[in-house]
Amino acid sequence: MLEIGLSHYLSVGAILFTLGIFGIFLNRKNVIIILMSIELILLAVNINLVAFSVHLGDLTGQIFAMLVLTVAAAEAAIGLAIIVVYFRNRGTIAVEDINLMKG
Amino acid sequence: MIIQSLCFYLFSFVTVAAAVMVISARNPVHSVLFLILAFFNAAGLFVLLGAEFIAMILVVVYVGAVAVLFLFVVMMLDISFSELRQGFLQYLPIGAVVGIVLLAELLMIVGSWVFSPANSSFKLNPIPDLTKVTNTEAIGRILYTDYIYLFQGAGMVLLVAMVGAIVLTLRSRPGVKKQSISEQINRPTKDSIEIKEVQPGSGAQ
Repeated sequence: MLEIGLSHYLSVGAILFTLGIFGIFLNRKNVIIILMSIELILLAVNINLVAFSVHLGDLTGQIFAMLVLTVAAAEAAIGLAIIVVYFRNRGTIAVEDINLMKG
Repeated sequence: MIIQSLCFYLFSFVTVAAAVMVISARNPVHSVLFLILAFFNAAGLFVLLGAEFIAMILVVVYVGAVAVLFLFVVMMLDISFSELRQGFLQYLPIGAVVGIVLLAELLMIVGSWVFSPANSSFKLNPIPDLTKVTNTEAIGRILYTDYIYLFQGAGMVLLVAMVGAIVLTLRSRPGVKKQSISEQINRPTKDSIEIKEVQPGSGAQ
């Protein structure tokens, strides 16, 4: 219990991942919370990558964690820009009406 | 060893608790603030693992950029969030079932996991002795050599995201007066000045 190993970190990652999925289900109407849940999921992925990297003594995992971080930042920027444009056009961010965006 | 374990449990507990608050907070501003807390404590976990550079990048990128961006958007949009919370409980059972099944499966995998004894021969970039080379230096040595294409690709992803966000949110409103430099310098002389003969004793007509 007191010896912290790989499985402890993987468990934290698994719990965070599950909370992210759960958040998407729970906040079906609020896009902003859904984006935050996606950030949580990517954080869980990063924890897994870094934990394996340190446990195996291989730096590659940390490089890939940085790439995941980059993609998370880009995704948040684009997602929030889409939300701002959608809100300007319709005055709400309800997800049910979002299929009106298709051409 | 004891202190390390205590730190691990502290950081992981706060991370998980903050993540729970992110998805269940009534006010989205509180959600964003709890997201920042979760990121900080995840950075603490990374420091505990010995990956300082990723931890610092996590604080800079997630807390400094992404979470502040969320905060801006949440505060900028004038939305009644209570309306968006309708049906919160409606999705709770199915979400809980999916979540519990997923968590149980993931924990089963984590619990019954063993490494092949041969895995130590598969190291692509072994972590060097941390008393001689710091974590940041070790990452820099392989990131700018072996992974230079991935690094450049990540830069391109960020560039495209930046251009895309600007293109999406930029709008030109018709009623606003703005300086148009090309219009100014392309204006021909005959449109802008006119020479008039003025008779002595009478003003210009």
